[in-house]
Amino acid sequence: MATSYLSRIFGSSPVGHILLHMERANACASKLPPLFAAAVKQDWVEVKVILDQITELEHDADSSKKNIRMHLPNALFMPVPRADLLDLVTAQDKIANRARDIAGLLLGRKMVFPPATAATFTELVNSAVDASHQANKTVSELSELFESGFRGTELDVMESMIAELDRIEHETDQIEIRLRAQLLEIEKSLPPVDVMFLYKIIDWIGELANDAQRVGRRLQLLLAR
Amino acid sequence: MENIELYFWLAAIFGLFMAWGIGANDVANAMATSIGSKVLTIRKAIIVAAIFEFAGSVLAGGEVTSTIRGGIIDSSVLADRPDLLVDGMLASLLAAGTWLLIASAMGWPVSTTHSIVGAIVGFASIGIGMEVVKWNQVGTIAASWIVSPLVSGIVAFMIFTSVQRLILETPDPFRNAKKYVPIYIFATGFFITLITLLKGLKHVGLELGEWQSYGVAVLMGIAAVVIAIPFLNRISIAESATRAERFAGVERVFAVLMVFTACSMAFAHGSNDVANAIGPVAAILGVLQTGGVASKSAVPLWLLLLGGVGIVVGLATYGRHVIKTIGQNITHLTPSRGFAAELAAAGTVVVASGIGLPISTTHSLVGAVVGVGFARGIAALDLGVIRTIFMSWIITLPAGAFLSVFFFKILQAAI
Repeated sequence: MATSYLSRIFGSSPVGHILLHMERANACASKLPPLFAAAVKQDWVEVKVILDQITELEHDADSSKKNIRMHLPNALFMPVPRADLLDLVTAQDKIANRARDIAGLLLGRKMVFPPATAATFTELVNSAVDASHQANKTVSELSELFESGFRGTELDVMESMIAELDRIEHETDQIEIRLRAQLLEIEKSLPPVDVMFLYKIIDWIGELANDAQRVGRRLQLLLAR
Repeated sequence: MENIELYFWLAAIFGLFMAWGIGANDVANAMATSIGSKVLTIRKAIIVAAIFEFAGSVLAGGEVTSTIRGGIIDSSVLADRPDLLVDGMLASLLAAGTWLLIASAMGWPVSTTHSIVGAIVGFASIGIGMEVVKWNQVGTIAASWIVSPLVSGIVAFMIFTSVQRLILETPDPFRNAKKYVPIYIFATGFFITLITLLKGLKHVGLELGEWQSYGVAVLMGIAAVVIAIPFLNRISIAESATRAERFAGVERVFAVLMVFTACSMAFAHGSNDVANAIGPVAAILGVLQTGGVASKSAVPLWLLLLGGVGIVVGLATYGRHVIKTIGQNITHLTPSRGFAAELAAAGTVVVASGIGLPISTTHSLVGAVVGVGFARGIAALDLGVIRTIFMSWIITLPAGAFLSVFFFKILQAAI
């Protein structure tokens, strides 16, 4: 139609896609607590089932990431810089990748958690997944932020949600320190290679919380203008 | 002059055809924002558009019609050759109509206003002689094509910024929306009425003094608020509503406001665009009635009525399809944004109509939408579209000119 450039001026909003991507990444992380529960019980069949689910969710997240990158043409004018949005998506995607890596390592080495540390392991995983949940909640505020035009009360709401995210990440750090201390006490009685990988997986779970926190940092950059 | 009757019917038919085309195509842009934000159904939008397009063309369409009719061509040069003016105006109508058809079929961006102005300048400068065209007038018109999207963009930016300050960024946007939206409704009724009145309604036999105009404008503003209040009172949200629900409530309040800005947009469109069809007809009629190149008399009211009817018929027969297509693509424009864009564009167009400048309603609306975007109001704008507006300037003017010279030569040879 000849005069339809009025309708063509509206690009498709990236907000919905970004929320969906974060949801999918968070869904990957959410599978970790049941995965660890099954691993503690040495139920490797169940672990395999959950790992497959995580892999599938990670693929979904990947496809929505590609979708976003394709739907942000260069001529698109947005209230926030395009590069910042793409960085946010990259940060979100790390959560999905990290969850898959943790699950893969767990099954690949059929890891056995020393009984003395099992409870703290569970605690650490839950805390890191909490951070991912909080990142998801904060990202979902983006639609209200676009609605209010990036000003006023909505900014404060988002700031306080990011602060909560930081708090959860810090808590995760504390648990991680405690778990390392517990493991140090008993590590001599365990097969060295196993211990190596136990430290490795503790490290990765801690990184999951850091990844969630990085999503918060990216959001803060969006607000800072 | 011979063949007076033939000329008369040709002019009337071409003019009606143009008006039909404007109703079928251009009105869609004026109304699309309301439909895209789901404020009006297509049926209601067509009724609103019909009423206010008609009112706009009859009440405020006179000045622009005069410009198209006599502002571009220096008719005193043609005093002894009235047939040149008649043939030229007929050729212009034909050229603009043909060009709009071709461009529509090919999906090229065109503006009715630019087509007709290009056509008139074309037949006059190439078909007759450079000295026939009032070049400084044409310069003013061309400048207004650049200025009008800019102005409506800046105004839209300011309106939306005020909405952010007063409503969106406050802790309780819903309560503030209910508090301030009536003020915006008043302003819409007040300003549109005031601009229309200040330019005088001489041709409908109504002439008000300055203070009377202000009085009537205030009354119209109050009337709009009184009509809106029952609708506003019906909107409520639960005390426990989440922030997302509150923002949804805010948009429902703005939806009421948007009905009024949609009315003013239709009015503005009628006031400016009916002239594209009726201006050349008025010029031809002037020659036919007096037998010579007409002196500056007011545009006859019945001609404006005719243009209004043509637009409404175009809207009713074909426009609904176009409105539907465009409206579906503009779903990203929520009422709090759509109203700001519409009010800014309508204000700009009505002012231009008052001064007698033929501008493009669509370009003004695009300018206004970009203005809201710069106030960080819209999630994503495809600025590639701005290119198509420049295309419209670069392609449409020469195309209209070329076609009108072509038809002018044919008419000269044939009749």
